[in-house]
Amino acid sequence: MIFLNVDNPSWMITPIIVPLTAGLLCFLFQRKTFAIALSAVLVNLLAACFLIGQLLTCGPMRYSMGGWQAPLGITLRTDGPAVLMLLMTGVTGFAITLYARGYFSFRIDDPGGTDRHQQQQRYFWPLWLLLLAGLNGLFLSNDIFNLYITLEIIGISAASLAALSGKPAARLASFRYLLSSLLGSLTFLLGIVFLYKSCGLLDLDLLRNLTENGPGVRAALALMSVGLLLKTALVPMHFWLPPAHANALAPVSAILSALVIKGSFYLLFRLWFEVFASSITTEALNVMGGLGAGAILWGAIQAMRQHRLKLMVAYSTVSQLGYLFVAFPLSRAADNAQVWSIVIFMAMAHACAKSAMFMSAGTIFLHFGHDRIQDLTGVRASLPITVLAYGIAGVTLMGLPPSGAFIAKWLLLSWALASCQWWWVLVIIAGSAMAMIYVFRVISRFIVIPEGFSSQKLEFHSRLLEWPALALALISLLLGLVAPWLLHILAKGSIDLTQILPGGLP
Amino acid sequence: MNWEQLLLVSILLSSLIPGIIIFGLPEERHRLRTILNLCGAVVKISLIVIMDIGIYLGHTFEIRMPLIPGVELLLNGDPLSALFATLSSVLWLLTTIYAVGYLEDSPNRSHFFGYFSLCVTVTIGIALAGNLVTFLLFYEMLTLTTYPLVIHRGTDKSLRAGRNYLIYAFSGGAVFLIAVIWLQNVVGPVDFSATGFSPGFTDSHGTVLALIFVLLILGIGVKAALVPLHGWLPQAMVAPAPVSALLHAVAVVKAGAFGIVRIVLDVYGAQNLLLLGVLPLLGGIATITILYGSLRALQQDNLKRLLAFSTISQVSYIALGMSLVDQPLAVIGGLVHLVHQGLMKITLFFCAGNLAETLGIHHISKMNGVARRMPLTMAAFTIGALGMIGIPPTVGFVSKWYLGLGSLAAGNWWLLGILAISSLLNGCYFLPILIRAWFGKQQESWPEELYVGRFETRLMLLLPPLITAFTVMAAGAVANAQISPLAWVRFIVREYGL
Amino acid sequence: MITTLLYSMTGLILFGMGLFTLIVHSHPLRKILAVNVMSTGVFLILIATAYTPLGQGEVDPVPHAMVLTGIVVSVSVTALALILACRVQETSNLDLLKKKTVPETAKESTT
Repeated sequence: MIFLNVDNPSWMITPIIVPLTAGLLCFLFQRKTFAIALSAVLVNLLAACFLIGQLLTCGPMRYSMGGWQAPLGITLRTDGPAVLMLLMTGVTGFAITLYARGYFSFRIDDPGGTDRHQQQQRYFWPLWLLLLAGLNGLFLSNDIFNLYITLEIIGISAASLAALSGKPAARLASFRYLLSSLLGSLTFLLGIVFLYKSCGLLDLDLLRNLTENGPGVRAALALMSVGLLLKTALVPMHFWLPPAHANALAPVSAILSALVIKGSFYLLFRLWFEVFASSITTEALNVMGGLGAGAILWGAIQAMRQHRLKLMVAYSTVSQLGYLFVAFPLSRAADNAQVWSIVIFMAMAHACAKSAMFMSAGTIFLHFGHDRIQDLTGVRASLPITVLAYGIAGVTLMGLPPSGAFIAKWLLLSWALASCQWWWVLVIIAGSAMAMIYVFRVISRFIVIPEGFSSQKLEFHSRLLEWPALALALISLLLGLVAPWLLHILAKGSIDLTQILPGGLP
Repeated sequence: MNWEQLLLVSILLSSLIPGIIIFGLPEERHRLRTILNLCGAVVKISLIVIMDIGIYLGHTFEIRMPLIPGVELLLNGDPLSALFATLSSVLWLLTTIYAVGYLEDSPNRSHFFGYFSLCVTVTIGIALAGNLVTFLLFYEMLTLTTYPLVIHRGTDKSLRAGRNYLIYAFSGGAVFLIAVIWLQNVVGPVDFSATGFSPGFTDSHGTVLALIFVLLILGIGVKAALVPLHGWLPQAMVAPAPVSALLHAVAVVKAGAFGIVRIVLDVYGAQNLLLLGVLPLLGGIATITILYGSLRALQQDNLKRLLAFSTISQVSYIALGMSLVDQPLAVIGGLVHLVHQGLMKITLFFCAGNLAETLGIHHISKMNGVARRMPLTMAAFTIGALGMIGIPPTVGFVSKWYLGLGSLAAGNWWLLGILAISSLLNGCYFLPILIRAWFGKQQESWPEELYVGRFETRLMLLLPPLITAFTVMAAGAVANAQISPLAWVRFIVREYGL
Repeated sequence: MITTLLYSMTGLILFGMGLFTLIVHSHPLRKILAVNVMSTGVFLILIATAYTPLGQGEVDPVPHAMVLTGIVVSVSVTALALILACRVQETSNLDLLKKKTVPETAKESTT
């Protein structure tokens, strides 16, 4: 049985095929949707772990689906960053699936509006699985046109998920989200066209070895970057994110905030630091860093001003994304694996923490019927575990040790100081300070129980609403402690750029 | 994992596990919670005593856990950490007993004791931290775990105080973080060691290292409440009395002072600091803080606020001792004050808590004749206050004696003057209280007499201050004995080869 | 060469026109159409790259495959966008199409 060998590269289609199939099955068997979805995300998680093991034993791999070679076939490849992103998606997706189950059954059991909620659940599972397949495809694809397709799959399913809640605000937000996402992917496609016109290549590995650095490639890179930045919601292209994320259903918000924007960011980073590393200039890196700094500050300021919990969490996403971009100009002080390490730590920590936060916010919304920060005093008395999860996730957002965000910030600060770029230090510290303010503004309300406060006794109580959030929050907090392990995967699985480009990054 | 490492881990777990269990306990399981707390405290003290003996016998206690290249977590039991760990664990036991009595029948006790245990775990973590990264980890966690205790009452005032505390503490933490990373960029990873980093760096990067030292002191000075970074401390007095006792005597302020000791002795080392010439700066800040704290204390009528300003002043003795790092006697004085100040201040806070809890007295002006109603409490208070002034045979005298000898040996006559003035000021704000309490006439009834019973107050409130007051006397009287804080500090100083 | 350039320029102009409309006009239907015009522009450029003058080698199949895929994507996205726009119209108070407003009670049943 050669197919079942551990070193067979065809294993890497599992994370794409399984959610896709499960999504179709969810349409067919509408009674068993949760069982199908749960087994799909479980298999997906196991497949991610398996691929990590495969990477550690056999190194990076390529696989052409169905034996069709590039440029017409679909080529996939695994390397360190890809499998770690798969792991991130697997873990977060598993927790979100459990939470979504709790969320929907809570709402369906709620008297009134049952029909609507059942319908929401019916659409949620296939869309979510489709999105998962798209994300996994994005992380694994090695062909730039396939990447466009995965981006579109993600965009379509994400916009439909965002519209699920059915509120007018959510529909409007998701319409705008869809249009922005379309604009982004069309710009990306135009970039692909330019690229194909000037090089005639679509395969990332072949493009990487390309020495040509003409205006066509530069224009292509610029177009693709703008498209991806729009999808990643970097300030000032973040306008669509807060309403779309804040008005969606809680599990959907978690998916959008934790995973979807990471997808386009991952692609952008890959293009800049692996494929077109030789075309990147210092000015371009500094522009990205500047936008990132703007995102950190603007997002944090907006988050501090919000009165609604979910909007605050959404703006905090805008702010946290900025850190990923500040890594751009600082990357010249580091080699390839190190650059990836910062992005991986930040992305993984943020994915876990932010989904935990949205889950907690959703649970609070379900139980109290609103998310006005002002009126959420003493939530701890009714939902202690949710508040704990929220608090721990907040600690990660602030970048306190030993969270993954702390490791990322440590690396950022270390590079900034080593290369005497102290202005980034100020931005990062200011961002963390403001994160402290917007996190604790809420937490201090949650945990304070004033005298004479009678806690609301809750009739419904679902463990699935509380524990997945806590588990994710703990993972995000303790991520720093498994740092050596993650670094090992990255070092093992990344292709050393210095061998391809003598003299390292420009 | 050998037994030494196992011991280190179990020292941390001995309060972490009870803490986590307590969070899950329902509010009414009063007895189980108390048992868990006390068992945790007793087990912790025993483990730490074993570690002390081990350290004395020359065993090494060390756990390393690498995170990323150049960043690793390191727990390390050296004589200095033993000093702080022993102090914290003993005072934790007493504070726990006190807190059980103090919070009887008040709401949210699970919450309170859970964070209380976490807080002590983190404090012990600070004591055992073996490098700056680990120290930073526990230092930030200390802020997080003490914050819920500060806002425990849930009033607007306590929320405001909590907010200020957070802003101060995290700003300090951020400055500290930058300084740590910068230092690491310049000299590479630094473990706490008796000599500090290699003096070669001082020649090549003198200015940068001096700047980093200032940043480190600024960052840590927030918790140590050095002027002008002390603003959070008097406000944090809205917390319940056991929290004030813990914050001021054991955890937060002392962690800051301990951090200064670590930076001076273990990160930079005496030799480097003398070369850099930054010690007069530390000495200057310490002097200003000592005088400012005492002067502000003079103006206070609220007893706890007075104690807070007195803390600001007293903790700076430790920094003062460190600024004379080339004088072994001054270092002994500073280090031993770490323990002595803890004992004295916790006594005073216990007594202040007793007055508030039993008679509703929060202000000095209401204390006329209170010693006749609560003689034992006021006796303990008197011993603590006399210790603060530095009257033999209390421990306060021992600290000041060594600090004085050290400054004489360094030829700093003006420091001796500062010590004298500070003692005078201490006398000026403590003696009127004592006179009022013992000899004043009770003019009106007590604000609200909450407890009437066999003893002057609840036994669990009365015992801890009596024990600490006795220790204040005893440790001062037998300071020269084989087992005393002073003896251990001498052992530390010998280890540093001063 | 001229032929390719002509098609490519036309494609770029279409893309630009679409982008302009998408940003400037607020009407949902116009926005959707603008996106379609944009994608048509992109496809036009893509097809133009496949062009080879007669007798100078074979026609490149890859852009054709890409355009076919792109058209499929574009159709499905347009369908989704139209549905969303209808739903927005049904529930929005702005009522940009000046159709008769859906009564408040009908809102819940349509969701």
